[in-house]
Amino acid sequence: MQVASGRFKQRAHDGLENPVLRNALLKSQGKFVVTRQQAFDELGNLGELRAAAAAVRDHTLERLDTYLTRFETEVRKAGGEVLWAQTAEDVQRLLHDICARHGVRLAVKSKSMVTEECEVNQALETAGIEVVETDLGEYILQLANEPPSHIVAPVVHKTKEEVAALFERHHGRPRLHDIPALCREAREVLRPKFLAADLGISGANFIIAETGTALIVTNEGNGRLATTLPRVHVAITGIEKVVPTLEDAALLLRLLTRSATGQPITNYVSLLTGPKRASDPDGPEHFYVILVDNGRSKLLGGELQPILRCIRCGACMNHCPVYQNVGGHAYGWVYPGPMGAVLTPSFVGLENARDLPDASTLCGACAAVCPVNIPLPDMLRQLRVQRMEKRLRPWTERAALKLWSWLAARPHIYGIATALAARLLHCFGGKTGLLHRLPFASGWTDGRDLPAPQGHTFRELYKQERQT
Amino acid sequence: MRVGLFVTCLVDLMRPRIGFAALKLLRAAGADVVVPRAQTCCGQPGYNAGDNAGARNLALKLAREFADCDYVVTPSGSCAGMIRVHYPALFREDAHAGDIGRLAEKTCELTDFLARVARLERVPGDFTGTLAYHDSCSGLRELGVKTQPRALLARMPGVRLIEMAESETCCGFGGTFSVKFGDIATRMADNKCQNIKASGADAVAAGDLGCLLHIEGRLRRLGDTQTRVLHVAEVLAGATEN
Repeated sequence: MQVASGRFKQRAHDGLENPVLRNALLKSQGKFVVTRQQAFDELGNLGELRAAAAAVRDHTLERLDTYLTRFETEVRKAGGEVLWAQTAEDVQRLLHDICARHGVRLAVKSKSMVTEECEVNQALETAGIEVVETDLGEYILQLANEPPSHIVAPVVHKTKEEVAALFERHHGRPRLHDIPALCREAREVLRPKFLAADLGISGANFIIAETGTALIVTNEGNGRLATTLPRVHVAITGIEKVVPTLEDAALLLRLLTRSATGQPITNYVSLLTGPKRASDPDGPEHFYVILVDNGRSKLLGGELQPILRCIRCGACMNHCPVYQNVGGHAYGWVYPGPMGAVLTPSFVGLENARDLPDASTLCGACAAVCPVNIPLPDMLRQLRVQRMEKRLRPWTERAALKLWSWLAARPHIYGIATALAARLLHCFGGKTGLLHRLPFASGWTDGRDLPAPQGHTFRELYKQERQT
Repeated sequence: MRVGLFVTCLVDLMRPRIGFAALKLLRAAGADVVVPRAQTCCGQPGYNAGDNAGARNLALKLAREFADCDYVVTPSGSCAGMIRVHYPALFREDAHAGDIGRLAEKTCELTDFLARVARLERVPGDFTGTLAYHDSCSGLRELGVKTQPRALLARMPGVRLIEMAESETCCGFGGTFSVKFGDIATRMADNKCQNIKASGADAVAAGDLGCLLHIEGRLRRLGDTQTRVLHVAEVLAGATEN
């Protein structure tokens, strides 16, 4: 996916001006927030679970090499193969090799953000292989030729009517009007693809070191079809998704589904270990796991390591007031919302996403709901520090900050400057006490008035009071 | 009990009335209040822009100025959060960590101090009307300020508190965010204004002047000249008039 994160400001503006998007976001947000809350109210011990989950993730990240090699050993024992990809290009090359080896012409995919990150569809299509997304949301986006705007609900920005129009155009069938009928039609179109596919591509929500298992949660059943019907199954996932044991996966699963969709458990939880055995009635003949680094290992041991705990539940974006108003496409790459604002600059380079660390009021709503306690506002601040060190902000902004720090460290001059500013702004405010326009601050006054200062600073008034 | 009042740079410049209201409330709570003369800014603007060196400098200045106080109280959740939560993060494994840690521990947001530490029973204000309370982000999520202002307001017979929808959602201020991404901030303020209006309250109160300037600025731009926008200290102290 092309990186457009450098244009966050413009893209956010476009999002704000899009009434269809606004409608769609308003509808979905309430649902996500309420169902999550209900799910955790029923569970009762969210605090303990979060602490335990964060501890498991930290423990694993500290020993990533150990657990990944253990995973590889177990996958081999089960008859599968683990392939290592340092970059997105490595993923594409490995997939090309697999397709060539097994004569793949048609691939079906279940939902995976890592494959978006590695532009898997484009790479396969270039090689003449047909790729069909089978998650309903991803399928819709494939028809619309759009990227996802949410990591769990990729098509959250689209309305039912838009989907009906897309289906009518691409399926060549009469226009449908209700959601169950649309789902049925998608099923009818996709079923032959599942049956004819040579290759099934999936992500993995977790990979389990002690058993060599890829765990996948889905609600539509497409994940199960895509990973068991075709001759070859390739699971592609990030190296940070490994957990030591099945029990650890169970703990994280309790948090993941509740945080993502408010479900105690998803309709399907698939634990996939190796290819089909002699006694198995079905399953793939070949089982591969591609473990993707693509920038992740750079974060190990640094200030941003906690972002690698992320289990991709999407709760941070569901609760982020910025995301909820601008939509996911504004962020300009694969991962939107607060986790995306941290991951994107880390993966594609701060210089290509320099506004993303600012795409937050630091209100803390994201950190308050993160199931693995990632201090997202602190991560964003950390990126702002890096940006300052790399001088990636305009000199005017850096100069203004320096001037403020300089003034604030010199109480006497500060007192004179603020007293002057208070008087001036008070005068400009006139009778209404409101400033409608301000030089150098049109960013504020374009949308809001500024209530004028009272006219004297506290320090002046306090001094007067003490003298009388 | 020697209490240092940290006025905050925004109150000092924009609305000193809030500083005097805080002073009155602290005195009503029986505190011996001092207002260090040389105080300026807690360093939050620099800190949130990634200028840790500038923020550290101002943190040390503030720690020196309030060294002899039992408590440091400030009419702002975000400045209190800066001192309590973020100062220690700036001085981790540092020679000044001890001093900064002590400062952090004794620093309180105003309503938190009045309700929890000083246990102010007789609130001097005389506000009459319905009031919606906006929970400013830092106070709420960094310091747990939620029930404290409501408990204090409940002690005022003329105040009828209304819970508006999404009272915990950010108003869009976010410091320089409100200027850098003016259109996003304005939309967030719109949502807040709608919830205030829908609540039917005569006034909206909060514990941070930044949020208040933002909310009032948008309300007035939208033509609402009626809804009053007040700092909780102004309401509690009876200092709501110009």
